Amino acid sequence: MDKRAESVEIRSASKAYGAVRALDDVSLNVAAGEFVSLLGPSGSGKTTLLGILGGFILPSSGTILFGGRDVTWMPPHKRDIGVVFQNYALFPHMSVGENVAFPLRARRLPKAAWPDKVRAALSMVGLAGYEERGIAQLSGGQRQRVALARAMIFEPRLILMDEPLSALDKQLRESMQIELRTLHRRIGATIIYVTHDQREALTMSDRVAVMKDGRLVQIDAPERLHDHPADSFVASFIGEATMLPVRRIDASGVALGNVLLRSARAIPDGDSLMLAVHSEKLLIDDGAQDTACNRLTGTVTDIVYQGESLRIFLALADGIVLSLRQASHHEAYSRIPPLGGSLTVTLHPEDTIVVPRVRD
Amino acid sequence: MTISVPDPSQKHQRREHALMLALVSPALLVILALIVLPVGWLGWQSIYHDGFTLENYRRVFTEDIYWRSFALTFEISLVVTGIALLLGYPVAYLANSMPKGWSILILSLVVLPFWTSVLVRAYAWLALLQRTGVINQLLRYLDVTGEPLALVHNTFGTVVATVHILLPFMVLPLYATMQKIPSDLMQAGASLGASPSLTFARVFLPLSLPGVLAGCTMVFVLCLGFYITPELLGGGRTVMVSMLVSRNVELYNQFGAASAVAVVLLVSVLAIFAVASRFISLDRILGQK
Repeated sequence: MDKRAESVEIRSASKAYGAVRALDDVSLNVAAGEFVSLLGPSGSGKTTLLGILGGFILPSSGTILFGGRDVTWMPPHKRDIGVVFQNYALFPHMSVGENVAFPLRARRLPKAAWPDKVRAALSMVGLAGYEERGIAQLSGGQRQRVALARAMIFEPRLILMDEPLSALDKQLRESMQIELRTLHRRIGATIIYVTHDQREALTMSDRVAVMKDGRLVQIDAPERLHDHPADSFVASFIGEATMLPVRRIDASGVALGNVLLRSARAIPDGDSLMLAVHSEKLLIDDGAQDTACNRLTGTVTDIVYQGESLRIFLALADGIVLSLRQASHHEAYSRIPPLGGSLTVTLHPEDTIVVPRVRD
Repeated sequence: MTISVPDPSQKHQRREHALMLALVSPALLVILALIVLPVGWLGWQSIYHDGFTLENYRRVFTEDIYWRSFALTFEISLVVTGIALLLGYPVAYLANSMPKGWSILILSLVVLPFWTSVLVRAYAWLALLQRTGVINQLLRYLDVTGEPLALVHNTFGTVVATVHILLPFMVLPLYATMQKIPSDLMQAGASLGASPSLTFARVFLPLSLPGVLAGCTMVFVLCLGFYITPELLGGGRTVMVSMLVSRNVELYNQFGAASAVAVVLLVSVLAIFAVASRFISLDRILGQK
């Protein structure tokens, strides 16, 4: 086990505000050094759970353990965890250096040791030499880095992040995601990261916990979550999937309208099933694909050019509409028929995802 | 060769300026009639009495009674401001940190006395503090003291009543400033390992200082010109500047001297605002922002 990291155990934590259950019996184990994202739409309870871990919110019931110690009733300043807040929460009346040194002051470290530590923390986030700057002089991305340096200077073994990149523009956000990943590997601390952006969660995390209505729906590695969703909520939330109601035929087949689809996975029981068709898993049938593939034929109703890719809408019989994505290169252009033309696409049985339907 | 053509847009602009002037003129007239003219008249009276004279100002700056009164006024104002800050800060802090319903209740209780006249409140304090008043009777009943304490008709009574009346002017700007301090800064402080007292001292207190300055300036300045409480509760021994003005007029019929005192007081107040506004915008002191 990594000495620089701490495991986190949440045992059936609940939080009720009056009649509203913001968090409903959530249990979750995070291994030391793991990067886990809490993903969900607003109101799913992810921020409440993070608040409970940070000690800002007391759970109505349940237990929280850090590295095996019960911290449920421990005040935040004794938890020794780094927290990065959504809007950074930098102290506006202090310079960058003073902000970053704040945890050292709180821990009564001798002042002589501050400058070296501050310098090291700032250079770790690429802001070497920014000590004297005021917070107001920084750009959004720089503030984000200062907040990171401040949360990491005391080498916490657990870092909580509450949508830290949501205020940044898309390009900066994506480069920060990669930086955070690298940083996580370097410092080795356990990170619990709250986001509503599924792509962000998939990019950075070892595992992603999907939450809905205060409950934990599924926790899995990104590729498992994407390709093996637990139910129709997860399937529609992760990736770009078209959700289509299907009828169960047997343990390996469903009917979409009057088309029989074979799946390599076990079809769940029950008569309320949905097929999740990810748009990148549909390929244009050029005869090269496996004969075992499911084939769907329809009419092209729209072609949307989106820069790096094209999104093609395909209307099947019975008014069912699918969408597929093609990388925008010349080969693809030549394969796509004009609007109104007929197109056959293939869906591999391994990619034929059938999930139980839950209400959204 | 150039031909000068009247620019139609310039003409339009001039017409717009004229219209704007017409629209603000009622407000300008009110300010002129209610502020500029009276204050101008005050200034005029202070330097003109059968010819120009600076005699009134010479007396204000040299005679002992004036000096003592100004010194006492500043002293009382400082004490009142200090006490109001000590009492008002915790109240504002509490109102700021409580849930909405409670904070409204607390602020209502602070503002409620505003709706009764200052005179009524001053007399109420008289009833509480005088020799046969509620407090002295209670103290004697409990055998804490044999002789009734001199709680009123002195500087003590003046300060107590003035603090009470001016307290809202301290609490409201403080509360407004505290409301603007993001609560996640306190959470951040705690998450970084700082105890609540350290977070308060290093984060909350410094960020609330603009409110402290605004509240103190308001209370201090208002206190400088206070009249009713020192008149009623000072017992004639606590002569503040405003009473000097009224005595000059009522007892000695010396409008010139009264005007000079008033002008000196006005200039002091403006000077205080000028100094304070170097640190914080006037809008904020006056509660506009």
